[in-house]
Amino acid sequence: MNSDKKVLVCQDMDVRDSAWYWDKFFQILMLVSGVSAIFLIISIFFFITKEGFSFFFEPFSFREFFLSSVWRPTSLSNPSYGILALVIGTASVTGFAMLLAVPFSLCAAIFISEFASGRVREVLKVLVELLAAIPSVVWGFIGLSIMNPLIIDLFDVPVGLGILNSGIILGLMAAPIMTTIAEDALKAVPDHYREAAEALGATKWQVTFRVVLPAAKNGLVAAILLGIGRGFGETMAVLMTSGHSINLPTSPFDSVRALTATIAAELGETAVGSDHYRALFTLGILLFLVTFVINLTADIVVKGNKRH
Amino acid sequence: MDSVESLEFAIQVDKLNSWYGDFQALFDVDLEVKKGSVTSLIGPSGCGKSTLLRSINRINERLGSYTRISGTIRILDHDILDESVDLSQLRKRVGMVFQRPNPLPLSIRDNVLFAHRIHGSSKNLSKREEERILEDSLRTVLLWDDVKDRLGRDARGLSLEAQQKLCIARLIPLKPSVILMDEPTSALDPKGTEALEQMIWTLAGEYTILIVTHNMAQARRASTESAFMLLGKLVEKQNTGDLFLNPIHQQTADYIEGRYG
Repeated sequence: MNSDKKVLVCQDMDVRDSAWYWDKFFQILMLVSGVSAIFLIISIFFFITKEGFSFFFEPFSFREFFLSSVWRPTSLSNPSYGILALVIGTASVTGFAMLLAVPFSLCAAIFISEFASGRVREVLKVLVELLAAIPSVVWGFIGLSIMNPLIIDLFDVPVGLGILNSGIILGLMAAPIMTTIAEDALKAVPDHYREAAEALGATKWQVTFRVVLPAAKNGLVAAILLGIGRGFGETMAVLMTSGHSINLPTSPFDSVRALTATIAAELGETAVGSDHYRALFTLGILLFLVTFVINLTADIVVKGNKRH
Repeated sequence: MDSVESLEFAIQVDKLNSWYGDFQALFDVDLEVKKGSVTSLIGPSGCGKSTLLRSINRINERLGSYTRISGTIRILDHDILDESVDLSQLRKRVGMVFQRPNPLPLSIRDNVLFAHRIHGSSKNLSKREEERILEDSLRTVLLWDDVKDRLGRDARGLSLEAQQKLCIARLIPLKPSVILMDEPTSALDPKGTEALEQMIWTLAGEYTILIVTHNMAQARRASTESAFMLLGKLVEKQNTGDLFLNPIHQQTADYIEGRYG
């Protein structure tokens, strides 16, 4: 009798019921999903590098590529691949957008997180998230059909498509994302800091500016960086609102062309493997690296925050 | 100023009722706290002692319109529940120490000077003045020697005991009339508790201290008067010695002897 029982116990320990199999199944599923994300990123990078890399040997010239503003890839007699104007186009539009979006979204995040309460906060959060979901082609359309005539009227310029238009549209597009991330960063500041400061007689403003903002600093910087990354990578809205003409801008009303828009507009017209095709992929490598560095920096900044 | 000097009580609570939504947390609480005394509030969990404490600097109002209150609370004969009272000014005069040490995410120096700076009437206090206040405050809580070489470090890196002392030190520059302490030693080990209690004694006299505690031994050791609360009512208040030796009410006796709580 006694030994029977022992055997039974040992058998019990061996049983693998359905829960065990489900557990294993989901473990493997999760592993595969996780690994596939890494695999995809690496393959994308590998692909654009493979397509564009040979450009670096021929007809690439460092001087021409980075320092010339003559982008004339389709010229039969004298093709030229200078991206300076494109880089400045992207940078000026993104810079202008950030000039508008950073203060705007930080203030919005502070209001939602620290000052609004109850229903107001909930409604605002939903609205901001809704704003983030508007497709970029719709933003581009707004830029073309509303901003363009408005700018022509207001500033008495011949064309309303340029840095100003594109910057405003891009700013409006980046603001919801930056607001959401910045608000998360503010919300992550433990409430007992606010309570401590309030118990010392700090007003709401003093609590926000002297305690909450410094404590959330890293998260806020990350929000701004991700907004910049968003601006850098945006294609459709910029293509539609920037005027898309190769130009070294001297005023906010000048038309410019962005890196992303150049790829979008030209890639379909090129012969696979041609110099032009490979030059566009080299632009892709550049964009990939820039956004990668921006996102990585944002990530490191946030991690630095958590180490405390 | 004379009238304030001659006052016997620093805190006078009269018929205080308090609600969280539909739940009534305090029932007609009357309490008078002698100026310069250390008074402890004891009672089982949920008896309303923290609510009472948090009403005295009105920090409970952070919870919004969910909390309601009726009755009067007077600090040095000022009605602090009056509409005209500015919370910032009230909290300058009524400091609070919390259950878990809650230093601000700033350096030790900036923590001590935080309240001083936000209440500073003259914007540009001289560096030397600030350093003097800093040293005085840290000396008062017996922390100066420990931290004088690392005033620029993040205060959250200190031991819990030192953090709690720092939380008291940052009240000192304001010269508050009253310091409220909500179970200030519950996060500390026995050694830290002892050190903090000793420190509290050194503050008595100059400051009126009202301290909520779960620990009856602490109330006996570290207070001149004790009040016992149960289910939102203040059962009795006596000299600490009398309360523990000859409680008037049976409920108090039962609690002290550990029959519940």
